[in-house]
Amino acid sequence: MSDKAEVVLFWVFAVPLIVSAAGVLVARNPVHAAMSLVAAFFFLAGIYVLLTAHLIAFIQVIVYAGAIMVLFLFVIMLLSLSDEELGVDRMSAMKWAGLAGVAGLVYVVVRAISQSSGQMMRTVGADYGTVKAVGRILFTQYLLPFEATSVLLLVAIVGAVVVSKKRI
Amino acid sequence: MVPVTHYLALGLVLFAIGLGGVLVKRNAIIVFMSIELMLNAANLTFLAFARQSGNLSGHAIAFFVIAVAAAEAAVGLAIIIAVYRSRGTVAVDEVDGLRDA
Repeated sequence: MSDKAEVVLFWVFAVPLIVSAAGVLVARNPVHAAMSLVAAFFFLAGIYVLLTAHLIAFIQVIVYAGAIMVLFLFVIMLLSLSDEELGVDRMSAMKWAGLAGVAGLVYVVVRAISQSSGQMMRTVGADYGTVKAVGRILFTQYLLPFEATSVLLLVAIVGAVVVSKKRI
Repeated sequence: MVPVTHYLALGLVLFAIGLGGVLVKRNAIIVFMSIELMLNAANLTFLAFARQSGNLSGHAIAFFVIAVAAAEAAVGLAIIIAVYRSRGTVAVDEVDGLRDA
């Protein structure tokens, strides 16, 4: 891909990504917020493809935009909540202090990023980020965390069933 | 070629939006979605640095982050349903049973 096309594609994905991420907070209806988050995950998958992380981009779409967001939508519709029932967000002194902390964090990281040398990306081989390459590293260097993840998912399944049961 | 700083700045914006949502929103489900945004911002940073250094370890970490996020969403949403059953609300500032009177 030419450099020009890569820069154009970066902005094509980045700007809608920020808009839809902000839409999660702006939306009055939780269903609209969830759909905005789905859009954000799709644009983020596009950014991942630009970073030649093909496997993670597909997992992002299948697991995040598919499985996890269906779970969110299911719970939203099960509880059928609207912002009218919840009332408007109250801005207490602690929340303003927290937002000031966020602004401080943004300032520190922006200073850190702007002072870095702006290194360019290294050129990578054709198999970088493919299922084969990532699968090999998962099953060699990261075999123990990989197996631990399967136990974690089992615990989460049992935990979700137990917590949401009517009588424990 | 897009320099790594662009991706880091994008991750910063995503993380700030998510953190702001966690602090401001009252609906526990929206707070949860904001946490997912923050996890994704961290993933983006991992992948950007992995691409910059030509190392695949960042991809493995991003894979684990997504797996943990799936587990966390399943348990967290179950907790939200349990809280709604027992208290009839999911407003995070009304669920304060552990606060002393």
